[in-house]
Amino acid sequence: MPDTTDRRILRHLLADPELPNAELAERAGVTPASLWRRLDRLREDGVIGAFEARIDWRKLGYEVQVSLRFTLDKTEPRAFDNFIAAARKVPEVTEIQTFLGSVDMRLSVIARDMAHWQQIYRESILTLPHVQDSDALMLVSTIKDVQELPL
Amino acid sequence: MTPDATDLAILRLLSEDATRSAAEIGRHLGMTQPATWRRIKRLTDEGVIAGRRIVVDTTALGFGVTVFLGIKLAAKGRVGLEDFERAVTAIPEVQTVQHVLGQFDYRLRVRARDIADFERILRRRIMTLPGVGQVEANVLLSEERRPGPL
Repeated sequence: MPDTTDRRILRHLLADPELPNAELAERAGVTPASLWRRLDRLREDGVIGAFEARIDWRKLGYEVQVSLRFTLDKTEPRAFDNFIAAARKVPEVTEIQTFLGSVDMRLSVIARDMAHWQQIYRESILTLPHVQDSDALMLVSTIKDVQELPL
Repeated sequence: MTPDATDLAILRLLSEDATRSAAEIGRHLGMTQPATWRRIKRLTDEGVIAGRRIVVDTTALGFGVTVFLGIKLAAKGRVGLEDFERAVTAIPEVQTVQHVLGQFDYRLRVRARDIADFERILRRRIMTLPGVGQVEANVLLSEERRPGPL
């Protein structure tokens, strides 16, 4: 279980995942050696995992980002498994989420432009299995996107 | 920018593990360290590599509940949007705010300690936001990030 010092380290790390270790140690008020040991232990305990690069898809020419929400046919016992397996095969899908609520599944899908979106929608989305209903939210802008937690 | 196959391979390796060095990535792709470093620098300078994300077990940190909210504003207009955005981004438990087109106007990602904590955030912070209308909540059960078209 992370202690108070671990939480302080994680608070600063989540606020700025690019902080160099020396700087992180200073902000969290620990020695670099102690920081190293604690990060190692948090990794071993599975509290923190990989550091992944965030990719800005717009800079790669993907101007369209759509949040697709689905309700599935729950009379089919394998509806979720089959749906997720099929969604993984669509390269333009960047996130797959399962929910409890009026929405069962949500996919984030990116496309180069509206023509490309239409093609993906017809060929890869409308063919996903066990879909009862779906709706789309088109991203206009991201106003906030942080990992920070009030620890 | 228009990336070539080598750029995409570099992005794929870095999106799995951003701490990989240019030398290590170069070895994977059969390139020299300086040539790999120059490409990573260009991808970073162009903003394609927009930073880092840490995979973290938020449940172990006491935040066991993630809820996505769809919010429709009751009254629209430019001032309404600005007031709403300023107030919603100031809520510490709200990690993501996206302006969207469709059935809702905004999508929020909210982290809470438990359902009771979520109820507190919903009642005290969300329902009191300026201009807030219809709110739909969906509790996240699981999520998976995909590499995308790399």
